[in-house]
This record gives sequence, structure tokens and C-alpha cells, in this order.
Amino acid sequence: MDNKQHQPLNLEEIRKRLAQARGQQYWRSLEEIAESEEFQQILEKEFPRQSSPLGAFLHRRQFLKLMGASLALAGLTSCRPLSMRKIVPQVQQPEEMIPGKPLYFASAFSIGGYARGVLVESHEGRPTKIEGNAKHPASPGPGGVVNPQAPAQLNPDGTPKHIGATDAFTQASILTLYDPDRSQSPMYQGQLSAWTDFNAALAAEMAKQAAVRGAGLRILTENVTSPTLAALIQELLKKYPQAKWHQYEPTHNDNALEGAKIAFGTPVNTIYRFDRADVILSLDGDFLYSGPASVRYAHDYATRRQVRYGTTQMNRLYVVESTPTVTGSAADHRLPLRPSQIGAFALALAKAVGLPVSAPQLPAEQQRWVDAVARDLQAHRSRCVVVVGESQPPEIHALVHAINHALGNAGQTVVYTQPVEANPVNHIESLRDLVQDMAAGKVETLIILGGNPAYNAPADMEFARLLKELTQRNGFTVHLSQYEDETSALCLWHIPESHYLETWGDSRAFDGTVSIVQPLIEPLYPSRSAIELVDNLLGRQRNSYDIVQAYWSKQLGTANFQKAWRKALHDGVIAGTALPPRPVKMRLDAVASAAQKVSAPAEGLEIVLAPDPTVWDGRFANNGWLQELPKPLSHLTWDNAAFVSPATAQKMGLQMDTGGLANIVDVVELRYRGEKLRAPVWIMPGQPDDCVTLFLGYGRTRAGKVGTGIGYNAYKVRFSDALWTASGATLVKTGERYPLASTQQHHSMHGRDLVHVGTLDEFRKDPKHLVKAAAHEEPLPTMYPEHTWEGNAWAMVIDTSLCIGCNACVTACQAENNIPIVGKEQVARGREMHWIRIDRYYEGGLDNPSTHLLPVPCMQCENAPCEPVCPVGATNHSEEGLNQMVYNRCVGTRYCSNNCPYKVRRFNFLKYNDPKEPVLQLLNNPDVTVRGRGVMEKCTYCVQRINAARIEAKKLGREIQDGEVITACQAACPTHAIIFGNMNDRQSLVAQLRQQPHRYSLLEELNTRPRTTYLAKVRNPNPELEGA
Amino acid sequence: MPQVFHRSSNTLARLSIVTGAALLVSTVLIGSNLSRAPYVTQVGAPVDQPVPFSHKHHVKELGIDCRYCHNTVENSAVASVPPTHTCMSCHSQVWTNSPLLEPIRQSYLNGTPVQWNKVYDLPDFVYFNHSIHVQKGIGCTTCHGPIHEMNITYKAQPLSMSWCLDCHRQPEKYIRPREEVFNVNYQPPANQMELGAKLVKQYNIQKGQLTNCSICHR
Repeated sequence: MDNKQHQPLNLEEIRKRLAQARGQQYWRSLEEIAESEEFQQILEKEFPRQSSPLGAFLHRRQFLKLMGASLALAGLTSCRPLSMRKIVPQVQQPEEMIPGKPLYFASAFSIGGYARGVLVESHEGRPTKIEGNAKHPASPGPGGVVNPQAPAQLNPDGTPKHIGATDAFTQASILTLYDPDRSQSPMYQGQLSAWTDFNAALAAEMAKQAAVRGAGLRILTENVTSPTLAALIQELLKKYPQAKWHQYEPTHNDNALEGAKIAFGTPVNTIYRFDRADVILSLDGDFLYSGPASVRYAHDYATRRQVRYGTTQMNRLYVVESTPTVTGSAADHRLPLRPSQIGAFALALAKAVGLPVSAPQLPAEQQRWVDAVARDLQAHRSRCVVVVGESQPPEIHALVHAINHALGNAGQTVVYTQPVEANPVNHIESLRDLVQDMAAGKVETLIILGGNPAYNAPADMEFARLLKELTQRNGFTVHLSQYEDETSALCLWHIPESHYLETWGDSRAFDGTVSIVQPLIEPLYPSRSAIELVDNLLGRQRNSYDIVQAYWSKQLGTANFQKAWRKALHDGVIAGTALPPRPVKMRLDAVASAAQKVSAPAEGLEIVLAPDPTVWDGRFANNGWLQELPKPLSHLTWDNAAFVSPATAQKMGLQMDTGGLANIVDVVELRYRGEKLRAPVWIMPGQPDDCVTLFLGYGRTRAGKVGTGIGYNAYKVRFSDALWTASGATLVKTGERYPLASTQQHHSMHGRDLVHVGTLDEFRKDPKHLVKAAAHEEPLPTMYPEHTWEGNAWAMVIDTSLCIGCNACVTACQAENNIPIVGKEQVARGREMHWIRIDRYYEGGLDNPSTHLLPVPCMQCENAPCEPVCPVGATNHSEEGLNQMVYNRCVGTRYCSNNCPYKVRRFNFLKYNDPKEPVLQLLNNPDVTVRGRGVMEKCTYCVQRINAARIEAKKLGREIQDGEVITACQAACPTHAIIFGNMNDRQSLVAQLRQQPHRYSLLEELNTRPRTTYLAKVRNPNPELEGA
Repeated sequence: MPQVFHRSSNTLARLSIVTGAALLVSTVLIGSNLSRAPYVTQVGAPVDQPVPFSHKHHVKELGIDCRYCHNTVENSAVASVPPTHTCMSCHSQVWTNSPLLEPIRQSYLNGTPVQWNKVYDLPDFVYFNHSIHVQKGIGCTTCHGPIHEMNITYKAQPLSMSWCLDCHRQPEKYIRPREEVFNVNYQPPANQMELGAKLVKQYNIQKGQLTNCSICHR
């Protein structure tokens, strides 16, 4: 990479400029304030560095030769007669299946064992899109947000009415189903093998173990909440009494369960009720984005934040955190602290709310925070909640339980139940047991059901080495997984695991509600699920359907079983299985003595280890949608970086350059307990000083074609006694440099202030004040004749107060609209294809700026600047006000994109949508054209959904009702920040929101008259802390 | 100075100009006509099928309604080619030994579908919906031609965009009363334009909208 043209960032200069700024100033990135030449170039060229995509390796003459040849060949192809296509009807038409109409089935997707309810869209037996199931507690529906429709279950076009929200992981899980890298056959010692061989080998091995009552048999699973799987394993343990069951999940909530043991003497499951909370304090807890209930929590949090004309009640969110997160960016007040300082903060808070603990002396700024927050919490007793993140040690969890009790929150905003896990063990201790047995040679047969412990076990346990040795000394090691990964490579047998859309199962949600996991398609490749494999271990060969049904027929009783079963499948939940709240007894003395163990803030550099926001613990490493999804806040794609604060970067002389093909950053070496790890740095505003955040999930060596060999492996420095945070590491600048692809600079609207932010008090006084800067009193003059829009007039309102930047909309849009991924190098060139992006703006200083988010889809301008410049009329207006894009007319001049002030058009440069693998073609939504190379594309307001609803409404001879057309982004949004509808229908929610005083349009002065408009962001700061 | 070129060169030069112009014109003419010719559009060309199914026999001679086989035409975008079981609902009783029906019987016995050749094939970027056309009074024969006279089914219309737009611009030219949609013997009345205008209004057809790109392309 040519470094000469890159300009290093001058952080000192940036600080000065920010300090000099008067009034409210928003900034998108460090480069923007630095006003570097490269930044100007990025602004001016919509697709920077695109002018000579071939230049480097192709001369003009060669280029002409190639073009000539391809022209000639193109001519030839048109001489070929159109091949005859086939119509293949069913032999016997299944009931309810109408060719050309999708069907929806309820199922459940699990991460870390916890279910999220889904409704899966199926076209002629082919699942294509995932929606949330509003009947499931973890994927709530719009509730009172969208106008409730008739109580019928289905819209006339067959879409269910109870569509709920989802997260990006759930949306992207459908891509894993069709991933061509999934393992397709059993492997024996790395060689293809046959199922019959495996069955025989397994039977022989189990017979051997039966003779010793299972003394050498170990089962290692991920976190298990599935009642059926747990019952089967219990049965196995009964049959082989000497066998042991271990569980390991790299991001399991061990600390929370241990904390509950201290506070209540028993492990309990904690559920927060943000819908009842007026004041929320989070201590390093990213509850809006990560964890099994994040979608539910985001939904509940947002229901208390809808500031509209007349309803101006609003909750307040304080976040103390060690890494900028989604929750931190949503906070009204955010305090960056190193992880070890959070303990002292919690102690001080506990003392301030009257708990018998001794607190260390805090720095004045932190003490001011504690005092203000404590007063606010106490003023909202039983209507506030304190949340603590998994990365904090058990003592802090116990302390926070005590704080919530002291504030009267228990039973109100914090609810306790039995653990959801079938067997709530400490996963680290469970794995340690196994590792000790392996080292002692006590293990002969090791069945690993899912997971990837050879990659993600703590470094000090040396699981990979022990597994390899076990296999080498003729241990019978089996790994069941969807990919032939790091763990599979070290096992004797690898067995392909079925995807959740291919097999029957069951799983519990965060509150214990059971869902039946219902398959949508026969397994694409012969494969087994965990429950089928355990059934094999028991000497049976039942299929998953029989196993799950047999279990539930026992549980639900045989009398009305068929009816109950069908209802469970239809609803996606088994009614009445949520765990009841359980009374707990707070043991204050135990908490107080545990509090003494809270360590004092450490000196020197600290490490935070966090699951990556898109590939999580590494399980989604081969999912291209998630790899290319710009990570919240950093907008990095295809890599993980080490976050450092601007001050730390200045101290160490670390640089992050702009320009060229990517952000060229310094590489640092992290040394910790004898391990060395090289990682590219990312200078993150809002990161605490002397604290480096590493992200898990990258550095995979056997993930697949997409995920192998990218990023660094942070598990190398993850030790069992320092899973989440560690101190005593050193960071060294290596002098190496590394290119990172971040989309933050792309599609910039020329540095204009496009977010409008005000406080709740300002809103109450004068709601229009918030958007004063954007407003234009009189209708702006236009040279076009005025047009009146009759009939349906589609419009969208996005409430920026509610957007948390979780990326669910971006992934949902990708799935719905057949949007391709382009790869790291193309992203660096600014060629990513997402139709909706989330712009991030900062306000305030470098060290702890406020974050404001702005989702930007196509504005669907009434006076669209893209339209008059198209030489072939490929983009024009529909009667209903849609700015239509006609792909088959587009010749690829890109004039439209050049003329678009919002930069929402995307150009398909390189045949991105041409999967070599036929299996990927199954993924496409048949209702949306798959665009080819050389074609411009953009958000259509999901016109396929509008057309489907219009056709059904017309057949019934009525108008489309509000709520019948739900765009993909709107359906996925957990906070319901995106509202779509007919603005000519006065009763519609979108029409009502367009009447809000704090509504504004982007770049209103251009008089493009966008149909997509925004509600200004309302914050609810504490006056005591404001101005800090 | 002697003449460099022979006198015939003048003629040759004129000839080549005229020939060149003629060639250009004829290329354009041939090209534009060819693309509309049945040779390219395949209009009127019977398509081979695994079973030589005769609409003439089933529709005209036996009087079976279109919807007996194409049963999703009123609900869905596609009219559906019937599943094997629909064929066998009669052919398990009649013509049970006919060699022509062997592929149907094989399909029924083996559970493998019959693969029919597509006669009406639209490009992938065009989204046609049968149900709304049927609902709004566009008859089967308007697009599918005299289907009750076809022994082997052929394409009756070119399916070019101008052909689609002909009706989308002026639906009154082709629209018929809803109850006549499945009547293959329907003949438009003498006052079609008058009746059409009435029906367009009655069926609430928004003509302006019909030519919007996103009605068919998305």
C-alpha cells in the first residue's frame, strides 16, 4: 500500500478545533474535524478512488483489446436461442401451499442457548426471510406503536399480523442455512466417511463404555436450555452413571449466576422490566444490544421514550462503561471508566443509597456522578433499575442486587426467576473439570455437541492441545457442528450438524418460555442435530420430530396433545411455560463481606475482552452479511481492531490515516502473561484512557471461505481467571501498518449538520425550537408545476430519539432485497451495497462525546434530483410518490447517484450478485429482481410488499389499511423508530407523526421534499450533570 | 496528368454509397421486424410437452372450466400447472391404458413431478400477477388466445412490453365483465369501448397507475 499519500491525523489539532467550536457542533469522524485533504476528496468524490479501478494493472491498449473481445463475445451470446424453462408442479399439492404465495411458520433461533422467536417466510418450501414472532417474549411486536388492526391472524395477502422485532444475528441466520461452506458429510480423521461407518463405530464405542458404566464418557455441550436435550442427557447419565456432562459457552453469564449466589444463596435468573423504569443506570451492561433479551429490552426501553406532542414523559439512561457500546451511545449521560474503576463506582453508589459498605475515595468528577445518580435513583424508588454487565465480577453483581433491593426495585423493575438453563453450572468450572480429566487420562470418549472449544476455550486451559492428545492416543472424539472447524480438525470424527431451520428441537427464551424449533426445509445435506446424536448414544435411531414430540406428549399430557402441539407450533411458544417470579431473600451481610473483596482500581493498562458486535464469539465468522455489516459506532467491516482512546493514542504515538484504499492504522503488540498478540488499533472517541478493548470472534483458522484468516484472535489472551477484563498488560507500537475498511466516511452529506438534538425541557418549552436550524417557514419556490398527490402517498418517519444503531434494519433490508456483499477491498473503495445506512454523529469533545444516530434510506423525494439527469428514464416517479428504479432500463451512467444529495444510491460495480454456488440462489427473495452488474439500485420502500398489499386490497375492493404494508427495516426495528405508511390517510400513524412539531427533513433548503422525514432527537439529561 | 482512377470508379463509388445506405436501412428494418417476428417471439409455435395435452379436447369438447386445473389463478400471481393428482382424478378412471399418459402414471407412481415446458415465459425482472387481472375483468383468452382451439398449446401473444402497455394504457379496449372472464367463447361486443370505459370505472381501475414502472418491475 502506498503510504505517501496518507496524512496522519493530528489529534492535538483536532482537540483545539473542537475546543474552539461555538454552539452545538456535530462531527462524524476524526478525519472530518482534521479537515484533511483526503477527507475533502472523499466528500467530493462519491466513490473515492474509483476513477481508475483497473489503472494499476491494466494499460489502455490492453483494456481496449479486452473490451473488444468481450463485445464480440457479448454479441455471440445473443444469438443463442432462449433456453426452454420448465414448470415443475407438485405431484400432490400440499394443503395450504399456493404457488406464488409465501407461507409463514413459527420457529426459534438460539444464541448461547436462549431462544428468539421467529416467523420464517417460505416460498414453495424454501425459507427466504426471517421476521420476529410478536407472540414470543424475546421478539416483541409493535404493541401500541403501530395502529392495531383487526384481530385476524393474517393480512389478506397471507402475511402474519403478529410480526415482531429481531436483531441482526437473527436476520442473518438464514444466510448460514445456505452457506456453501457448511459441512456436508461425516469426516473420519479428516477424510470423507460414511454415515454407516460412523453409526457402527459409535455403537461399538458405546458398548465399550457400557462395560465400565461410562467411566470414560464425557459429553461437552454449549449452554443447554432445551428441555428435550436435557432430558435425553439425563437419561444418558442414568444409563452411564460414571459419565459426566460438561457445558461451555464462551460468553456465558457465569458472573451473574455467581453474583446471585452471593446475594440470595441460590442462582437466579434476573429479568429487567424497562417498561416500568423511569431511571436506568447501567454499569458496563450493553443491555440494548447484547444478551438473550436485548430486543425485548430495547423495545421496553423505547416505549418509555416516545416523546410526542402532548406526551412528554421520558425515561433517563445513565451508562458507565469501559468500551463505547450501543447502550452507551443511547445514554443521556455516559461516563467512560476503566473496568477496574467500575467496582469503586458501584461501591460508592451502594454507600450513597444507604448500604453498609465502605467505599473508596473517588475522583471528584466520579463522586459528582455518583451523588447525582444516587439522588435521581432515590427520587424514583421502585421505578428505577440498576443493570450490571456480564464482564463485571460476581461481587459487583451481588452489590447491584443489593442496590436494587435498597431502592425497592425487586419485584417491580427487577424480577427474579429460577435459572432458564437446564443445568445452571459455572461454565468455566465445568470446562476446567473436563480439562483436568483429559489431562489425567480419565477421558476415553468425548462427544462435543456444537460449539468450538478448541478455538474459544480460555488460553490457560490448553483445550486444543489436550483434545489433540486425546485423539492421538486413540480416544474416541466426536465433534458435531455445522462447519468443519478448529475443533473438528482435532477430533477423530466430525459430524455435520443440522441448521435450526432443518430440524426439530426446542429452546427456552430469557424468561423461560419454551418454543418448539420447527424446521422449514429438509436438511440440505445429511446431518444430525444434538438431540438426534444423543439419541444415537442411547442406542436409538429416532428422528428429531419423534424425539421432540415424544418428550412433549409426556409433558403436555396425551388427552389433548395433538391440539396443544398444533397450537404450540402455530404460536411459536408453549403457553404458560414462562418461569414464574420467585421470591428471594437478600443476604445483606454476605453482600457486604463480598463487597470487601472488590479490588481497588488497578494502575496501568487494562484490557477489555468483548464479543464482537457482528460475528459475536466467532460463531458468525463465516456469515458474509454480518462480516460486512458496519459495526455499531466504529463502522468497521471485515476486521476486528483494538480500541484505544485518543489520549492513549497520542501518548503512544499511534496513528490512524485516511485516504488511499482504506484507513491505514498502526499495529500494536499486546503482551500479557507471556502471550503476544498483534492487532490494528482504532482510535475510538469515548474509550477510557489506558484501556484497550479487544474483540473476540476473529482470527479463525478454519471458519470457511469467508471467515478464515481475518482479524486477530483475542482468545489467545483470554484466561479463565480474567475472562472479560485484565490488567497488567503492555502495549507496544510495532511500526507495522494495516488497512481497515470502515464505512464511516462513505456517502457523506458534505459535513452538514443533519441531526437535530434538544433536551426534554427545551421540547416542553418550545417543541419547534429543536428543528429551528432546519426549518423554513414558507414553502420554498419551485420551477416544477405543483403536484397534488392523491390516493396512497407513501411516507416514512424515523424517530432519531429511538434509534439505537443496532443494525437490525440494515440486515433485514439485505435479506429482503437480495442485497449482495462486496468484500473488504470493495468496501474500502466505498462500494458497499446496503440500501440503508446508519450515520453516526458525535457532539462534544474527543474524550467523551455524545453520540447521535441517523438511519438514512432513500428519501423518496417528491422533487427528486436523480430523475431529471437520467438519460434513459430509468428512475422516475410513481403515482404514489415512489421514486422508482427500473433496473432493466438502467445503463449505468451513475448520473443519478452523482446528483443525489443524500447519497443513498448504490452501484453494482462487479457482478456482486452472481453466486458461483447454486445453493446460494435458494436464498433470494423471488419477489425482488436480482440486479446485475452495471446497474444502479436503491431503497424502494419495499415496493414488492406495497404491491402485494395493493393487489390484495384491490381484490377485496377496498383501500390498503394502515399497518398492512410494513417495510423490512420497520418490521425488524426493536425500538420502532421507523414508521411507514400512507400520509394521505389521516388516521395513519405516519400521518400523525408528520404533524409532530419536531419533525424535519434532511437538507430541507434543497426543496427536494423528501417523503422520508425525521423526528429530532430528544434527550433527557439530568440538570445536575449537564454541562459537565 | 493521367487519370489515376478508371472511369468506372465513379459508378463504383456511387454504387457503394447507395448499397451502404440500403444495407443500413435494411439492417434496421430487418432487425426491428425480426425482433417482433414469430420466429423470435415464438408466437404460434406449438411447444413440445412430455404429454401432448390438448386444451381443445379438455376445454372445448369436454367443457372443463379453466379453474379445475389452474386453480390458483384467482388467488395467486401464478395460475399453476396442475399437480399430477389433478390429472389422475380423471385418468385413474378414463384412458387408464393410454400410452400417451404413461409419464403421468409414472409420476403418480414414483412421486416425481412431470416437467412441463414453459410456453409463456416472462423475463425475471417482470412481475405479472394473474389474480388481479382476472379480478379486474381481463379474460383468459385475451392473452392466451383461442386456447380452446389449440391441440398443442402455443403462445398467442408476443409478451413484449409494448403489448403489455397497449392494455395498461387503454384497458377499456380489452376489459370484459367479470363473469365472462373464464368464458373462452366470449366475443367483445360492438360497443366495446363504451362498455370498457364503464367497466374500468366500475372496477376502480386507476389507469394512471397502471403505467408506473413499479407496477410490473421491482
